[in-house]
Amino acid sequence: MEILVILVPLALMLGGAGLVAFLWSLKSGQYDDLDGAAWRAIADDEPPQETPASR
Amino acid sequence: MQVTRDFSHYVRAAGEGIKHIDLAVEGVHCAGCMAKIERGLSAIPDVTLARVNLTDRRVALEWKAGTLDPARFIDRLEELGYKAYPYETESAEEAEVAESRFLLRCLGVAAFATMNVMMLSIPVWSGNVSDMLPEQRDFFHWLSALIALPAAAYAGQPFFRSAWRALSNKTTNMDVPISIGVCLALGMSVVETIHHAEHAYFDAAIMLLTFLLVGRFLDQNMRRRTRAVAGNLAALKAETAAKFIGADEISQVPVAAIHPGDIVLLRPGERCAVDGTVIEGRSEIDQSLITGETLYVTAEQGTPVYAGSMNISGTLRVRVSAASEATLLAEITRLLDHALAARSRYMRLADRASRLYAPVVHATALITILGWVVAGASWHDAIVTGVAVLIITCPCALGLAIPTVQTVAAGAMFKSGVLLNAGDAIERLAEADHIIFDKTGTLTLPHLEVTNAADIPADVFELAGRLALSSHHPVAAAVAQAAGAKSPIVGAVEEAGQGVRATVDGVELRLGRPSFCGAEALVGLTDDLDPEASIVAFSKGSEKFILSVRQGLRPDAQAVITALKARNIGIEILSGDREPAVIAAAHALGIPEWRAGVTPADKIARIEELKRRGTKVLMVGDGMNDAPSLAAAHVSMSPISAAHLSQATADLVFLGRPLAPVVAAIDASRKALHLMRQNLWLAIGYNVLAVPVAISGIVTPLIAAAAMSGSSILVMLNSLRARNTSREIG
Repeated sequence: MEILVILVPLALMLGGAGLVAFLWSLKSGQYDDLDGAAWRAIADDEPPQETPASR
Repeated sequence: MQVTRDFSHYVRAAGEGIKHIDLAVEGVHCAGCMAKIERGLSAIPDVTLARVNLTDRRVALEWKAGTLDPARFIDRLEELGYKAYPYETESAEEAEVAESRFLLRCLGVAAFATMNVMMLSIPVWSGNVSDMLPEQRDFFHWLSALIALPAAAYAGQPFFRSAWRALSNKTTNMDVPISIGVCLALGMSVVETIHHAEHAYFDAAIMLLTFLLVGRFLDQNMRRRTRAVAGNLAALKAETAAKFIGADEISQVPVAAIHPGDIVLLRPGERCAVDGTVIEGRSEIDQSLITGETLYVTAEQGTPVYAGSMNISGTLRVRVSAASEATLLAEITRLLDHALAARSRYMRLADRASRLYAPVVHATALITILGWVVAGASWHDAIVTGVAVLIITCPCALGLAIPTVQTVAAGAMFKSGVLLNAGDAIERLAEADHIIFDKTGTLTLPHLEVTNAADIPADVFELAGRLALSSHHPVAAAVAQAAGAKSPIVGAVEEAGQGVRATVDGVELRLGRPSFCGAEALVGLTDDLDPEASIVAFSKGSEKFILSVRQGLRPDAQAVITALKARNIGIEILSGDREPAVIAAAHALGIPEWRAGVTPADKIARIEELKRRGTKVLMVGDGMNDAPSLAAAHVSMSPISAAHLSQATADLVFLGRPLAPVVAAIDASRKALHLMRQNLWLAIGYNVLAVPVAISGIVTPLIAAAAMSGSSILVMLNSLRARNTSREIG
């Protein structure tokens, strides 16, 4: 039963990490455009942001 | 004419030397559009960010501060084939985005806590029937408390605040029983844990919050999304005005940047974006959007003009008296406030349900406690059973019953071209049993159409269309559009108030007033049935033709009226227009009940009269004169071409030329209301089954949790049925 002392905090830490990741992604606006994000995933490449396209 | 455009009103700083602007873009549908726009805009030098938001149909742009003019982006998008307009987030929309994020954050916290508390609860449940030591159980319970208490304190905020607000106003709402249930369950659990009891209810309390937050978030998200799209459409109507920035210099500026006292130029064919008084010039104006009157009104020095009216023939200088949102007659605003106040008394289905629900649940719990004490149980055991009753009758399925259906139904409506402005519009629309249509712009199209194009030889009609391209007059524009003309005739001359003329191959062409073309003799022959039509003449040498231009009925108006009659809905027309024009439309559509020449106050009076008879009125209108009656009616709809104020007042807005979305929306809402009621009964039925078990005192936390999530999931699955709504009429 001593294993609980390790496993329970470990489980909580993993869950907490998930929560922190969620809050971070929420804050950085990743849920603002879910439709767009779905399409971006299958697009060939991100359009160039800094300079004109070389093509 | 080359005009400078000034969008500086919309540009804001986004850090060191970086400027930011948001554009609302029309016609973005897919990943292809998204990539095309982002690539096209990024190719402009100095642009540092171009990102399309496909949900809201907007583009965020950032560039290095310097010489780059934001108007360039609009031009670039135009080249790419998209119409764009600067967009400014309204404060109401910003508040909703913040609220939506907060709910999502609460939901994240609650879900995290639920998962972890469940992880600790399951060993306790299975340990209770086998070999768990009391110390281990206490340890698990304390750990659950450590997670659940702070999580509930944070994630419960939306409910606690709302419940507190209701209580301090001496009313109740759905959040009061929720808050009492959660707080009691948590408090009781702590007491139980201190006394080394076998059961604690941390899991039930926190799971309840999670389910309720899902419902709350869906409800909120539906409204936020609609508002975003409706906001875009408003921006895309491109309400700009030509403002004088010098004695003879004008600049095209957004209406939001115009203030009372400014002077604007109103050219022929332009729609006025502000309220004001004419200080120079003479013209005819079309006020059909404001008064419903299709005949033109003469405007000269001193004539007041209102936003939404169309300038027909001459150029006017207008001194602005009110701009942006406040553009209206004081009377309309007053009527509007009055009507809105009257409607706010409407009780939403969810509120009505909770008003019945809360006392029943609390009474049941209290009777359970007293009953057990009378039956000889200890106070402690009686209270534990009472709390179990409170938890098992938790209103979480009830909380999900309405918003889940609303969200799904709103999505279905969105697909058939209807946007929701108000959250409870679905419920009210479903109850409507009488429709009042405005005529101009609602039953008829807002644009003019040539009705007798078939009577005229195609080559002549095409020539007339090409000639019409050289005129700003809206009637000419209708001719040009009907003829599908693309290339204007070189050397065409417009004579103000008369028409256009040009010479091709030695033959003189004229388009305009019958007198201008020498075709008065023909007018008598056609001007018999169509009292609303404007008559335009076209002459080619000695050949004379008469074109009849009028506001056509919406293409499927007839079918829609038939479909509405089939649904046993009463129909009538209330129009501010003249009697002959209204009779023509009523006859064409077979509507026996109509009134013409009614004022906004008359319309409200008629609605009140119907209300007293217990009729639930759906008002469909587009003019500013309709805004008060839109607000007074039980529920209201506007086409997207409606005046700004009417659109903002209407509960639903429909897109496109056909009238069919009206029927589709009624069908969808009726189905949705049916599902909402079904969901409420499902939730209540589940509780009725579970409550006796709870009262009997044999309930384990496992049964409580299963009953609760079971009912919630059933309700959610049932809501998905609102997706399939037929779009056919008939």
